[in-house]
Amino acid sequence: MSALSERPENPVVGVREPHESAVGHVTGAALYTDDIATRSDALTAWPVQAPHAHARVISMNVEGALAVPGVVRVLTADDVPGINDAGVKGDEPLFPTEVMYYGHAVCWVLGETPEAARLGAAAVDVEYEPLPSLITVREAIEAESFQGPQRLTRRGDADAALAAAPRVFEGVTEFSGQEHFYLETMASLAYYDEGGTLYVQAGTQHPSETQEIVAHVLGLSNNEVAVQCIRMGGGFGGKEMQPHGLAAIAAIGTTLTGRPVRLRLNRTQDITITGKRHGFHVSWTAGFDDDGKILALKATLTADGGWSLDLSEAVLGRALCHLDNAYWIPDIEALGRISKTNKTSQTAFRGFGGPQGVFVIEDIMGRCAPELGIDPAELRRRNFYVAGQATPYGQPVRHPERMHEIWDQVLENASFGERSAEIAAFNATHPHTKRALAVTPIKFGISFNVAAFNQAGALVLVYKDGSVLINHGGTEMGQGLHTKMIQVAATALGVPRSAVRLAPTRTDKVPNTSATAASTGADLNGGAVKNACEQIRDRMAGVAATMLRANPSDVRFSQGKVTALGQHDTVTFDDVAQEAYLQRVQLSASGYYRTEGLHWDAEAWFGSPFKYFAYGAAATEVEVDGFTGAYRIRRVDIVHDVGDSLSPIIDIGQVEGGFVQGMGWLTLEDLRWDSSDGPGRGRLLTQAASTYKLPSFSEMPEEFNVTLYDRAHEDGVVYGSKAVGEPPLMLAFSAREALRQAAAAFGPAGTMCELASPATPENVFWALQRAAALADDARPDASEPSLARA
Amino acid sequence: MDVTVNGQKRSLCGIRAHENALDWLRANRLTGSKEGCAEGECGACAVMVAQPDGTGGSRWTSVNSCLIPAAALDGGEVVTSEGLASDDALHPVQEKLAEAGGSQCGYCTPGFACSMAAEYYRGDRTPCEHPEDGEHGENGFDLHALSGNLCRCTGYRPIRDAAYDLGQPAADDALAARRDSAPPEPAATDYAADDGRFVRPASLADALAMIADDPDAVIVAGSTDWGVDVNIKGRRVPLVVAIDSLPELRGLTMDDSVIEIGAAVTLSEAERYLGGRVPLLAQLFPQFASRLIRNRATIGGNIGTGSPIGDAPPALLALDASVVLASARGERIVPLSEYFTGYRQTVRAGDELIRAIRIPLPLATETAFHKIAKRRFDDISSVAVAFAVDTENGIITRARIGLGGVAATPIRGLRTEDLLVGKPWTAQTAQAAAASLAGEGTPMSDHRASSEYRSIMLSQAVLKFFAQAAEHEEVGA
Repeated sequence: MSALSERPENPVVGVREPHESAVGHVTGAALYTDDIATRSDALTAWPVQAPHAHARVISMNVEGALAVPGVVRVLTADDVPGINDAGVKGDEPLFPTEVMYYGHAVCWVLGETPEAARLGAAAVDVEYEPLPSLITVREAIEAESFQGPQRLTRRGDADAALAAAPRVFEGVTEFSGQEHFYLETMASLAYYDEGGTLYVQAGTQHPSETQEIVAHVLGLSNNEVAVQCIRMGGGFGGKEMQPHGLAAIAAIGTTLTGRPVRLRLNRTQDITITGKRHGFHVSWTAGFDDDGKILALKATLTADGGWSLDLSEAVLGRALCHLDNAYWIPDIEALGRISKTNKTSQTAFRGFGGPQGVFVIEDIMGRCAPELGIDPAELRRRNFYVAGQATPYGQPVRHPERMHEIWDQVLENASFGERSAEIAAFNATHPHTKRALAVTPIKFGISFNVAAFNQAGALVLVYKDGSVLINHGGTEMGQGLHTKMIQVAATALGVPRSAVRLAPTRTDKVPNTSATAASTGADLNGGAVKNACEQIRDRMAGVAATMLRANPSDVRFSQGKVTALGQHDTVTFDDVAQEAYLQRVQLSASGYYRTEGLHWDAEAWFGSPFKYFAYGAAATEVEVDGFTGAYRIRRVDIVHDVGDSLSPIIDIGQVEGGFVQGMGWLTLEDLRWDSSDGPGRGRLLTQAASTYKLPSFSEMPEEFNVTLYDRAHEDGVVYGSKAVGEPPLMLAFSAREALRQAAAAFGPAGTMCELASPATPENVFWALQRAAALADDARPDASEPSLARA
Repeated sequence: MDVTVNGQKRSLCGIRAHENALDWLRANRLTGSKEGCAEGECGACAVMVAQPDGTGGSRWTSVNSCLIPAAALDGGEVVTSEGLASDDALHPVQEKLAEAGGSQCGYCTPGFACSMAAEYYRGDRTPCEHPEDGEHGENGFDLHALSGNLCRCTGYRPIRDAAYDLGQPAADDALAARRDSAPPEPAATDYAADDGRFVRPASLADALAMIADDPDAVIVAGSTDWGVDVNIKGRRVPLVVAIDSLPELRGLTMDDSVIEIGAAVTLSEAERYLGGRVPLLAQLFPQFASRLIRNRATIGGNIGTGSPIGDAPPALLALDASVVLASARGERIVPLSEYFTGYRQTVRAGDELIRAIRIPLPLATETAFHKIAKRRFDDISSVAVAFAVDTENGIITRARIGLGGVAATPIRGLRTEDLLVGKPWTAQTAQAAAASLAGEGTPMSDHRASSEYRSIMLSQAVLKFFAQAAEHEEVGA
């Protein structure tokens, strides 16, 4: 067992702790960015959004806005002291002269009140010259409108293997993106503090990058800008890249006016301005042997990147690295490319391409199982990786036995066999209602694909009274990272959880941090916090050794008490801290962590980019109404591998929340863009909570059993844990597959069922109607239509 | 102008006429309530207000503060998440939410706490031993109380567990005790600011005089529709007249021949007062928006907006309801089937307001309400179909079908009604009616559903109605 993963006695990690801010959450006392802004005399920034999918800005007249009472200033490209770009690739002008998507902000109005700023924005007169636009991925493919490099993952000879395969299927799989719909929309507040630092409080998953972009837009050095993120009302990847430019707008505003400036997008602005999960268009050919073993896969994946690159290359990369999911595919050739369309710039979203890659192979499994005459659960299991195999990109699959064990366990927990039989009996007697139970696996690689991002820092301060204050580079968006970090610090220092406080994430406390993303928050920052705590603890051990007249290596810290092996004397952690001060021993430390053992060659598309894989499986039962296609999620059983859990309430919350969010994407959430040739071309049609429906209580599984995989210690990771943020989202494929199977159950046995995405009641209805039509054709008295058909 | 918030009187002076209650609370440092959508869909802004319980006491009622004009708080009593906890202890709903892992990012949590607290204090919440509908806890907690609150993080299970784990209020619970006395009398309000004027007249006569003078005045009751226009579309008008508290619009009466529901009776109140007396409406209510909306939205308002996709009109059309229109000139009664004249257009004159809805008795024997939507809780219909059918000896004697979402207005399925009358209620008749109903209306394709799906859902509704009726009969026999 590594020193990093080993737990001391009585660890605070692993204890069921509620979220560290739970009391603040439930009372409303927990502050978010715009709550802070309401306590200042800040000006409000409001965007002027272009009503064209693609257009040139011919002229801009701001006089009308300036005439509105309460309007202070209009920010335009002329006001940028530094670089007019909101990204890191130079393709995202902050103030564009070419409108690239419907709703693109062309300038910003500062007002004394939100009302003044809103009215001012409406009074800005912009003249546009409309240009031809590409809205759908298909249009982009047709026009060969791509951006960024294309990537190829290849092993063996897919063409030859397909030619030799006994069973070959081909298809097109298309699915759209997903709006993050974090409940707290993008928000920032900027002002110059007493020391002349440009201070930005922002809802950002990547404070360091927000700092860098604010600095480059303002023409400042990084040390002149401090970014704080107190907490976010949800992030899900949406606040990894896209808060930066918005923070920069607020920063320009405060620089020019001398007043604090708040910028909070309202929901309409947020959903029409910011990027989403990438939709994909995928064409594929898959070959199986007669036993259902997949022999080869050939595919072309086109990600819908939107107007700029943003994180699309990395998202595409992760999609290619997750095409295999949990399955051994001997011969494979998959081309990935990014389309350039006139839509929001699609960005990180929980899973980051992983879900899109997994979608393809699970769709293939679900479609092909009936054709192969093999039960879908059995087809999946037969194709699992076994020891000694490697992914298509060359990474050995470590712990493949966990996938098998988890699978068996979820089948058992779900009484899979028994319930499958009950469902068959139910379906036989219910012509208008069908149920189905489906099970799907997930194997998800943990680490940033870019090796350099896999580092983190922390700053831990022990005060003379023994109280502890920790800072780290990760941000809190609800995922419970801060709770885990407090538990890590308390464990490493051997103090009770109550002795540790955590201060908001700030770039002037911990510099050069990575985004809190890729599920790595606890792995990376936990390593850094632990490292800092251990530096201090080791120094304090020396002090305690003197106090206890013992050898420093015999000193133990636990639950606020300090003891030495074989001795009865005890001193408190607080006493040791006080004594350390008097003896001039440093009680603070900056910690650092880098993930060892990663290597990746993006050109060759080969290496071991992941520290480890997280595994899980879910069994979901649905019931579908044959009249309408409406459905309910009756029961979900999940077994998921989080290593040795750092914080079980938090981890189970991530599993459940990820599942429901994934289910939202796959079933309910419906991004509709106007692709007509009318004046609204390119406009997002579902741009409000009333039209873009998130899962609500009615989508919550009626019975929801989550089990954390036991004996799951992960060597070489902080206290034996594993990352949890993203992988469970992909457990939701079990819901989609159950809907497919339920729709197919309206048809004759063995019906192959194509299910359009998202699997809304309407799409489920069309699928079950196609299946029912096959049943009617097959019946001897086909003249009498079944009731479920009109 | 003042309002009691968390037990403390606060002045409303200086507000804008179009300012919403949420913005006002937040400007007053009560930032627990959040804006998540500004259209009453997410519930992050939920607070509790003291409302009459119908028997002389108060009922803590959860509402979306983003949709309520701040001026409409005048004289009222509000509790926010900050006001639930005492100085030394969390409120029981807060404690349960925190313990259960019911908050992750926490942004929606204050709103959940308020919705949950309102249900916690519901006077008729009674424990039931084995709830079977999957929507009630053993403590009687109705999950529909949270149907207007969205959480993007948790997946809801821990929130449900927290809700189902609640007990009954303690003997010394001040908010529970508050229910024993009447809520504050609604204040007559006349407030003018730079951006317009907000008036809550003292009497129906005053209200009618006011809209006779200014036919362009926007009349609001729950303002669940108007609030969206203000917040999302930026609509601003010179005069808003709030009729939500006029006693003449707040009654619900019943005799042998008619049920009259006051136009300003909220959907929640109607649901409670009717107590299942009108099965078609009892089926409709839980599917109508969310509890947060139903606590403010009124039957009159749902008709008054003239929306083709309002859920009440199809049901009321099937019930053969009429609209009572009042003006300074007097009252007139218009059948609902003649009320809508075009997209968001009605026969209501500028000086008239809807005073009540009348439902004739006896009710049809077989009724059903079918709502087709993407989401089961709190969604707008793609299609809504209401049936009311009478049969005698197996022959259909009367049929009324109300349809929403298939034309510019809510309509009756007249051709299909004609087809049904005089026919035996058989599978064959159902097939014929299904084919006929698919041709009623002119459904469009939009982001909610395709026109094909809408049409076919009309057919399917008939078939489902028949199948369910047949099933009942089998069970009965």
